[in-house]
Amino acid sequence: MSAPVIWILVPFISGILILLFFSERYSSLAGGSISIILALTALIFPIDTALLLGAISLKISSSVQFFGRSFALTTADGSLLVIIYGLSALWFFGTQASGIANRFVSLGLMIVALLTASIAVEPFLFAALLLEIAAMLVIPLLVLPFQKPGRGVVRFLIYQTLAMPFILFSGWMLAGVEASPGNIGTTTQVGIMLGLGFAFLLGVFPLYNWIPMLMEEASPYATGFLLWALPTFTVIFALGFLDRYTWIRNSPQLSSAIQYAGIFMVVSGGFFASLQRHIGRIMGYAAIVETGLLILAMSLKSLEVVNITFLLLIPRGFVLALWALSLSIIKREAYSLRFSEIQGLARTYPLAVTALILAHLSMTGFPLLAGFPSRIALWQELAGQSLTIAFWMIMGMFGLLIAAVRTLAVFVMAEDGKAWALNESWIQMIMLGVGASGLFILGIFPQILQPLLTNLPALFNHLGQ
Amino acid sequence: MAINIVSWIAVGLILATSAAILINRDWRVSLGALAVQYIAAFWLITRHLPFVMGSAKLITGWMVIAALGMTRLSLSAKEVDNEETFWPRGRGFRIILICIVALVAAGSTSRIEAVIPGLGLQVIAGSMILIGAGLVHLGVTSDLLRVILGLLTLLTGFEILYAAVESSILVTGMLAVTNLGLGIVGSYLLVAGTSPSEVGDEI
Repeated sequence: MSAPVIWILVPFISGILILLFFSERYSSLAGGSISIILALTALIFPIDTALLLGAISLKISSSVQFFGRSFALTTADGSLLVIIYGLSALWFFGTQASGIANRFVSLGLMIVALLTASIAVEPFLFAALLLEIAAMLVIPLLVLPFQKPGRGVVRFLIYQTLAMPFILFSGWMLAGVEASPGNIGTTTQVGIMLGLGFAFLLGVFPLYNWIPMLMEEASPYATGFLLWALPTFTVIFALGFLDRYTWIRNSPQLSSAIQYAGIFMVVSGGFFASLQRHIGRIMGYAAIVETGLLILAMSLKSLEVVNITFLLLIPRGFVLALWALSLSIIKREAYSLRFSEIQGLARTYPLAVTALILAHLSMTGFPLLAGFPSRIALWQELAGQSLTIAFWMIMGMFGLLIAAVRTLAVFVMAEDGKAWALNESWIQMIMLGVGASGLFILGIFPQILQPLLTNLPALFNHLGQ
Repeated sequence: MAINIVSWIAVGLILATSAAILINRDWRVSLGALAVQYIAAFWLITRHLPFVMGSAKLITGWMVIAALGMTRLSLSAKEVDNEETFWPRGRGFRIILICIVALVAAGSTSRIEAVIPGLGLQVIAGSMILIGAGLVHLGVTSDLLRVILGLLTLLTGFEILYAAVESSILVTGMLAVTNLGLGIVGSYLLVAGTSPSEVGDEI
């Protein structure tokens, strides 16, 4: 058995089977269990290493040929697969609590499989095509059959489709730049094309307008999943570019451009979040801030680039899942997520509101919560390079904090004498409890991520080594 | 020589069909023009790729048109919002836009040929017209079907250019899947939110 078959083909086919044969009730359990099994397999069985189980020798080969190109997952990818499928399991188990139909699990599994293929495909440039196909699979999650598509989903489709040609063509041109690095004209052209490609993919300022729109018009849980999955794999793809092309890493102009793009996202996202009156849109802007932080981490001229980037990525999946779940629970009650509709909801949905506020505070980098260790590490590295950038990062976080305080104030503005009640179902309580505990565990004991983070720099030969 | 002449005819066809898609408001004309555009694109793609791979792209394109056409046919007029919400939106404005695209393509073709020799002037010209027309189309419409047509036009332009530099079967296959995916997603978005009882009113 080869690794791409296990971690790409199996989840993809499972997704199709769940869509065809499983009822809504069991799909969440099936998808979550498959993801957990895949994560545990990645944790227990190292790829490309013979393992003796009694008299049986077991070895998972690393690559498979497909239409003349190879898909390869190496030993170093093991930790990444644990993270990806571990977080996917969290999202899939949460679907039942969020009340989303079974196609979330089936399409979600197919999307994760395609995104995993994007890190396995050789040459790695072809990942742009797989990211585009995955983005198209997200559309049925965002627009339900009875719902008119809004502007956000159309813009999302346009931007993701525009990204692909830019990246594929710039990737081809990069080979020419490698051959003659002194050619300033070509280097500039490639830099612009590559930058535009990733700007469309990641939703860099000002191309992120579809994110708050989607948070308003689509299911928060599905949009949250999209905001977790696509940027995560895009960042890994971008790290691949930084790793393989020395001139991108060493170009001071490109490095500054990446840094400014990141800080613009952090500051603008924080600023706009503080002005919103819709808690879905606030989550959208918080996700933009988080993507900005990831871009800032990639711009670091430090050996810690890979560690800090993944330290940001792991809690991101956790926080977004909890936040999106809380929003889904609240939306089922309030229908709209505007401040006027959710006023005083802390008394009737205390657990969902608590989880939402904790997730929000974690995103702002509040101490003891999951987001804190990564932000403090990034802030420390940034301060060593530019105090101005470090200051503006804090301003972005401050914007998010203002949004959190405003949200909390609206939630607790209940009428006098309104009784406290626990309206969440038992499965919602369990999922919210697990998520909230996870935030504290990751915040207080960030070292539990260390075994996963240790092997990740090996994914990139030149970055961080 | 004859091949070059046919290639230039293909470029002319691409310009004409792009203009038709951009200017004409009737979806039947637009889809018909797109079908002809795929034939012209097929010819330019086969300048660098084998005939079989080129025909795969042609068939995929026609499948997408069939999917979109069948979907649009099943929708009643009141379910389709064709009104653009911004100005300027007249036919004259669109004609000016396609003229600008043609001028930009004419200006940039020789320069691109100088930077990336061996692609062929016709291939570059056809590709630049399609990319430009696709971008312009995306810029002036918010109608779902027209957005999909714009994206398909843009992708076809890119595919012509990319076929000249990358001949991998996997890439050709994945680009075909992308095109088909766009068609299916477009069809899905077109029918999303329409009530089943109203579907088929116009058939």
